Amino acid sequence: MTDLTEAVRRLLAEHPPGGSDPTAFLGARFDAGLAWVHFPVGLGGLAAPRDAQTEVDRLLAEAGAPGPDPANAIGLGMAAPTLVAHGSPEQQQRYLRRLFTGEEIWCQLFSEPGAGSDLAAVATRAVLDGDTWSVTGQKVWTSGAHNARRAILLARTDVDVPKHAGLTYFVVDMTDPGVDVRPLRQITGEAEFNEVFLTDVRVPDTDRVAAVGHGWRVATETLNNERVAIGAGADREAGQIGLVARRWREDPSVRSAAQHDTLMRWWVESEVTRMAGERLRQQLAVGAPGPESSAMKLAFARQAQGITNLMMELAPDEALEHDTWELVRPRSGSFLGRGPGYRYLRAKGNSIEGGTSEVMRNVVAERVLGLPADHRPDKGVPFKDVPR
Amino acid sequence: MTDLLYSADDQDLRDAVRGSLARVLDHDRVAALYDDPGADVSAAWRAVASDLGLAALLVPEHLGGAGATAREAAVVAEELGRAVAPVPFLTSSVVATTVLVHAAQAGSQEAADALGGLADGTSTAALVLPWTARAGTRTTYDGGPVRPVAGAVGADLLLVPRADGLHLVPAADAEVTPLTSLDMSRPVATVEVGGEGVLLADSEQAAVYVDAGLVAGAALLASEQLGVAQWCLETTVAYVGTRVQFARPIGSFQAVKHRLADLYLEVVQAQAAARWAAAALAEGDPDLPVAVATAQSWCSEVALHAAEEAVQLHGGIGMTWEHPVHLYLKRAKADQLALGTPAAHRSDLGVLVDLVP
Ligand SMILES: Cc1cc2nc3c(=O)[nH]c(=O)nc-3n(C[C@H](O)[C@H](O)[C@H](O)COP(=O)(O)OP(=O)(O)OC[C@H]3O[C@@H](n4cnc5c(N)ncnc54)[C@H](O)[C@@H]3O)c2cc1C
Repeated sequence: MTDLTEAVRRLLAEHPPGGSDPTAFLGARFDAGLAWVHFPVGLGGLAAPRDAQTEVDRLLAEAGAPGPDPANAIGLGMAAPTLVAHGSPEQQQRYLRRLFTGEEIWCQLFSEPGAGSDLAAVATRAVLDGDTWSVTGQKVWTSGAHNARRAILLARTDVDVPKHAGLTYFVVDMTDPGVDVRPLRQITGEAEFNEVFLTDVRVPDTDRVAAVGHGWRVATETLNNERVAIGAGADREAGQIGLVARRWREDPSVRSAAQHDTLMRWWVESEVTRMAGERLRQQLAVGAPGPESSAMKLAFARQAQGITNLMMELAPDEALEHDTWELVRPRSGSFLGRGPGYRYLRAKGNSIEGGTSEVMRNVVAERVLGLPADHRPDKGVPFKDVPR
Repeated sequence: MTDLLYSADDQDLRDAVRGSLARVLDHDRVAALYDDPGADVSAAWRAVASDLGLAALLVPEHLGGAGATAREAAVVAEELGRAVAPVPFLTSSVVATTVLVHAAQAGSQEAADALGGLADGTSTAALVLPWTARAGTRTTYDGGPVRPVAGAVGADLLLVPRADGLHLVPAADAEVTPLTSLDMSRPVATVEVGGEGVLLADSEQAAVYVDAGLVAGAALLASEQLGVAQWCLETTVAYVGTRVQFARPIGSFQAVKHRLADLYLEVVQAQAAARWAAAALAEGDPDLPVAVATAQSWCSEVALHAAEEAVQLHGGIGMTWEHPVHLYLKRAKADQLALGTPAAHRSDLGVLVDLVP
């Protein structure tokens, strides 16, 4: 820990946060190995234990240092760990630093109209043509595609094998002329996600991540990374519960005997989830996150929805009003600065995005508890023979 | 035991409302209100009020109305909920009408005159209290802006319960400022009343009439919520029967099936509770306060749960503006807060059945 504290001190001394612009500071932080301390040296890390990051983040925040761009949540939480685990040295050199500084925002081209919960049913085709892949298909619900410079993509490279075996993982340049991003409006009024049409998008084979046909394994890890990133290293009352708790303390008009126990139940649930998340991260200090992180995502979605709902009931007159339904294409999905109705509606997506709560329960039941899987008629059937 | 079923006439009424709403209203028109609150949806109210004459249901015949009961009005509320119809039936034809009928029965000619216009659909009225008000809370308007008031946007008459009694004020003598609302199919407003209007009842009577209006509103809101819940359940059952993932309809997964079976049970209970509240209101049953508090506690939660399940079980599509389920989620949430939250109704109920904390 002292080594890390020293590294933080040196970074702050050489690059006073007030003086350098955020991109330059984040670049220096990457070079100092303080981006993701558990990453290898030279790739933004110091090969330190994963849970040491919390302390580094705290020290940097205290010094007023700029943090990474929240609009790049997918890059930071999903693409980066995937590239470290499976990317080629060249990909790691080329992408990680600009990803961390926010110079390049990333999005995730996984889901399709026919492949949501059943992600392995992805039908977007990638066909090798010399040393370049030609990618054609349709993606949907792609958060932040309108801001993104690059994407992680799951595409089908072989239709003659069962669905899981025919997938490959790529990095895609979103400025390719074959990429067509169209906004999709959400129940909140804004268009945070998009439809993305891919027509003969050219992807050099050097942008393939891991071996041909290994896409499913890599994608699963990506998703586990996303799930473990949820609420990482949070303080007490950091999330939705904090907003309600503060209001309850400061405003007697929202207090009622009838709702008090409900509030306290959510407080307890938020706190035990925080502890469980912390414990999971300590166990994971080394190694990659596994299916256990699915349970955390379940809890997070439940709380976000229950607590935003409670907030509306505590101040019903306010909740009948709404800040705005304006169609905007936000830079990032953030609950801050928006009203209770927005938070309630946006939280509905928490049990759908990144794998639904039902799918999370299946993962926990089958992969953690080892229960037998549901009957799947397409098991072992070549993808091209599965009726769709 | 109270009759909890629908009559043959109720079924005819339902068919008529559903049929005419289908001709003049669709989900796109309702969704358009979120972008343009002034979008013209008057055809829906014309169909309900003028063509079918439903604004007159709760007005007695001798006051120029249809002299129907809350049972029929409940059927209408169900259908309006099912269509998330942007019409002032609940605010004007139920709440305000009930208040005015009480005043007229007690001899107020101004109230009787006002009911004439309400009954034939040429005018609408709104009660100037926050839309979260419920009976027994003795709220009055004491000047200044009050928000959020439902039914005031576009209303011709305002019922203002001041400290000295109930006033009927032309909307022209008040400032009504529409608010961006959680449910734009029933927008709320800030109302600031300028004129005195005419006094319809003294303060003691006013409290009784206003409470009667709020009770009637809460009783029939339960039926609206039932309509919302039924649409959500039926639409979701249809969707999960056809959406295929893992080479199976998602409705074949037991996790999905059981959720919908549970929801079905909730809706069955909601239907019984809503019919109970409507019947108790129609019959002036002494059990009415218990029926209303029970129905509001239950139906508010069920409509919201049904809408939330509908969003979840539609997956990504449920999170889109394009699919109509969001209109139902917003209505269900606003309805849950309207005329008393479920927690408030449960706390009233505790007093009524002698189970206080
Ligand atoms: C706000 C938001 C942001 C998103 N961002 C991205 C993004 O950036 N990139 C990306 O690739 N995707 C993104 N998604 C897509 C998301 O991952 C999918 O919506 C999700 O995986 C569900 O897929 P689906 O929408 O096709 O629903 P479906 O898979 O059709 O599911 C419909 C319902 O059936 C249930 N269900 C399905 N299978 C089972 C089963 N076996 N057992 C029990 N229940 C089942 C589901 O839980 C759900 O309730 C986003 C979604 C949302 C809502």
